[in-house]
Amino acid sequence: MTDAVMTEMQSSNQTRRERAANASEAVRRGLKKRYAAEARFRAYGIGAVGIALACIVVLFTTIISSGLPAFTETTITLNVELKQEDIDPEGTRDASTLINANYRKLVFDTLRAEFPDVTKRRDKRALTAILSSGAAYQVQQAVVEDPSLIGQTVTFELPVSADFDLYEKGVINKKTAEADRRVSDQQMAWFDTLEERGLIETGFNTTFFTHADSREPELAGILGATMGSLFTMLVTLALSFPIGVCAAVYLEEFAPKNRLTQIIEVNINNLAAVPSIVFGLLGLAVFINFFGLPRSAPLVGGMVLALMTLPTIIIASRAALKAVPPSIREAALGLGASRMQVVTHHVLPLAMPGILTGTIIGMAQALGETAPLLMIGMVAFIVDIPGGITDPATVLPVQVYLWADSPERAFVARTSAAIMILLTFLIFMNALAVVLRKKFERRW
Amino acid sequence: MGEVNMNNAVEVTAPVASSDAARETKFHTRGVQVFYGEKQALFDVDLDIYENEVTALIGPSGCGKSTYLRTLNRMNDTIDICRVKGAIELDGTDIYSGSIDVVHLRARVGMVFQKPNPFPKSIYENIAYGPRIHGIATSKDDIDRIVEESLIKASLWEEVKDRLDEPGTGLSGGQQQRLCIARAIAVQPEVILMDEPCSALDPIATARIEELIDELRDNFTIVIVTHSMQQAARVSQRTAFFHLGDLVEVGETGKIFTTPQDQRTQDYITGRFG
Repeated sequence: MTDAVMTEMQSSNQTRRERAANASEAVRRGLKKRYAAEARFRAYGIGAVGIALACIVVLFTTIISSGLPAFTETTITLNVELKQEDIDPEGTRDASTLINANYRKLVFDTLRAEFPDVTKRRDKRALTAILSSGAAYQVQQAVVEDPSLIGQTVTFELPVSADFDLYEKGVINKKTAEADRRVSDQQMAWFDTLEERGLIETGFNTTFFTHADSREPELAGILGATMGSLFTMLVTLALSFPIGVCAAVYLEEFAPKNRLTQIIEVNINNLAAVPSIVFGLLGLAVFINFFGLPRSAPLVGGMVLALMTLPTIIIASRAALKAVPPSIREAALGLGASRMQVVTHHVLPLAMPGILTGTIIGMAQALGETAPLLMIGMVAFIVDIPGGITDPATVLPVQVYLWADSPERAFVARTSAAIMILLTFLIFMNALAVVLRKKFERRW
Repeated sequence: MGEVNMNNAVEVTAPVASSDAARETKFHTRGVQVFYGEKQALFDVDLDIYENEVTALIGPSGCGKSTYLRTLNRMNDTIDICRVKGAIELDGTDIYSGSIDVVHLRARVGMVFQKPNPFPKSIYENIAYGPRIHGIATSKDDIDRIVEESLIKASLWEEVKDRLDEPGTGLSGGQQQRLCIARAIAVQPEVILMDEPCSALDPIATARIEELIDELRDNFTIVIVTHSMQQAARVSQRTAFFHLGDLVEVGETGKIFTTPQDQRTQDYITGRFG
């Protein structure tokens, strides 16, 4: 090696060292800035999570605090004398006589008897306003069910009207000017007297869980809407699950990969983004107007929601099927299983947790859906609890909408209570999806 | 390098060993070409596979040895763009002609894959599955017997006989691969194809599988793809060397490794490429 080369190498070593030192210096100078950026990013993240959590907390506290009063109801205890001459003067015990008797008068008279000094017609009417219009109905029910009660004095716990329920709960109080509230000072005094006599009681609101909708807030319940939702969901599940899974299996396992299947795939994804009210219009035009299916029925509601849920289920199912490792398919094929056997014995069972999760999420979406159901008449005021999928019905979110729209003040609490019940179902369904996923998760 | 080299397959005229006199051709393949879309992966492969022998397919990555193996039980059918040309006969019947159903073919020609792939089910169910779908056994007793026999043949019985209900995926890698071999045996195939069965295993597990392959030779015809030339030398009677989609050379394993006829074989086994 010549000296010249040696020197050159030495000098190049020199420059290399210098360059390394420079690079190291550059890294060191930048470090502080990099860490600062990371710290800032973390702060933003924590802030975002905090805002989201705060929103949820506010939402839940508002709903729960305004909904809780709906879970109690105020009743008045009255000893009603079921006199023979008032109900069934001829003693026939004929059903129509029993139904048509004037129970209103009976109940009103009993209440008036508590205040013998109230004589003026107007005062009398103001006094009986304490009672709910459902009170007479409750007495009627009892008598029709058991005619032997006639001639006895029976103790009833009758609902008070919504305004007095709110007075009892302190929502209506004397702070408001008398002209601005629906309960007069006189009525308040009577009510207080009744309370002093121990006739007023507050208990768990069973009416809310056993009745359907009503014009009278104290008689309105959530059961009708719950049953409506249940029937609708059953129809939706029965339609969308098999159709969705079949479509996904065909597209994923059997269909050739060509332009046509690509177009189908794109369209399914597009379908998931179609506004739900469009599905409602479609249901109105096709199912009700063309096929003549009953309006306001869970059958049609379920069909419309099934259309809406299908893309969700298909997309989730395809993702779940894709996630099954090809080695499992190869193993089964290599043993001589037919393609159908590969799918039914191996791929589908392994994909099932994912498919179920997708289905439940789709169903939860459908449960909370309002707009398409408005289109097909499930927004009607229905006082009967539906007994099947062709009975007129409404569903929980529509019930929330209807109550939120009602002017009576007592519906405010009921709206929140209905939201709580809807949210309970949704949380339950999402929890179920998580549990299923955890339980059937497999490693391979 | 897409040239078709038909004349490069040199059949080594080995001195006929005593056992070779009775050997019969199981697979008779002539002019096998495989295409993946436009790309040709195999060029006119002529290869015979003899009964009750282990035939090893060796060659560098991408040379087409796995592709060839997968034509033998039509596993290539599952790939949409894959086309196969040429004659592939199993006991004189062309397996691509339609005279034999693919499900039936795969019952006769079992397969063991590179990565152990037991079903995520119990050990028992893994083995019982094949016989059950083919209707080989229906009664519980018959299936019990097949499970036990298959596990014994795969020399796994002693290790798992007390825990047949445990998931097959909970076994060690080597045990899983033997379970897959037992699963293939349970269908009572005539041929077992093995696609690099030891590449995911440690040396000890590999040794056990190799022993097992040697034992299975008495009852089955075995075709094994391997990257390890030592393995080919240890387990096989005949070796076929593939290169870039051509079958370069095929012959007695001993001959291939000691006196290869083709320069490329020479280069490969001495480690110059691959």
